[in-house]
Amino acid sequence: MVVAIAVVQVRDLFSAAMLFAIYSLLSAALFTVLDAGDVALTEAAVGAGISTILILAVLTLAPRHEKRHPGINWPAISVVVVTGACLLWAVSDLPAFGQPGNPVHTHVAPYYIEHAYKDLGVPNMVAAVLASYRSIDTFGEVIVIFTAGLGVFSLLSVRPTARKSNKPEDSE
Amino acid sequence: MRENGILRIIARFLIPLIMLFALYVQFHGDYSPGGGFQAGVLFAAAWILFVLIYGLESGLAVIPERAMFVLSAAGALLYGFIGLLGVLLGGRFLDFDPLLENPKAAQQAGIILVELGVGITVACVVMLIFTMFVRRRGELGQAWHPEEHD
Repeated sequence: MVVAIAVVQVRDLFSAAMLFAIYSLLSAALFTVLDAGDVALTEAAVGAGISTILILAVLTLAPRHEKRHPGINWPAISVVVVTGACLLWAVSDLPAFGQPGNPVHTHVAPYYIEHAYKDLGVPNMVAAVLASYRSIDTFGEVIVIFTAGLGVFSLLSVRPTARKSNKPEDSE
Repeated sequence: MRENGILRIIARFLIPLIMLFALYVQFHGDYSPGGGFQAGVLFAAAWILFVLIYGLESGLAVIPERAMFVLSAAGALLYGFIGLLGVLLGGRFLDFDPLLENPKAAQQAGIILVELGVGITVACVVMLIFTMFVRRRGELGQAWHPEEHD
């Protein structure tokens, strides 16, 4: 929480990237405490590792310090406040944390827990659900990642010389 | 950074370990936390560490950009192909049961193959994105922004 506020406050983008990595690592620790090993591993590898590297790669292309905009952006603040209020209001409707009668535990989860090992012989239930029961979802994720790669390629494969003429801050 | 002996020796020690751990996460995903997604990212991280120490040219000598493109598509296609194989053998799309006689073994084989496809795609896409950012940095040249980040 402290780190999250620091990320927003810091104007030096390099420190912000580092703080963001720390934030990811702390979330990974939190997931480990909650016994969610798969999520923790993903958060540590993707959130703390690769995202930080990619942000740093972008930072080598961008100025290091955030531009300060004077004044208060009232429309943005109102949107944030209204959304935050809606979310807080929705939180009060959520069922209590960790209760066995919650909807998330009564829908398909018992089926997975009872049948995953019997049907598949795979001890890691997360892998069983991801790759077998929810295989089409995972297929969609792979396609999304592939599309992301194509998107970055199509953005960055344009020669920068063509854009230099209409970029005034080029001389920085 | 090629001149820095400490970095080079530590990287030389760490890169094989990271790759080994990535392969462990990939193929042991059935038994312990992990799977193709995490393994792909770890594998790409090992390669990116190599590029940071030894430069992009040496990194691209290990795996050319063209191969990354082909492999990232091949991973997704492997996933789809396994799915279609189930259809061809009389099941539904991404139904692993018809792949082998024993349904448990078939499910495990299907999961491992599908996760392999995920891992290949993720690793190649991450490496590809990093390559393109580094290359763009090179194209802009030193005059653009003399600060060095690593």
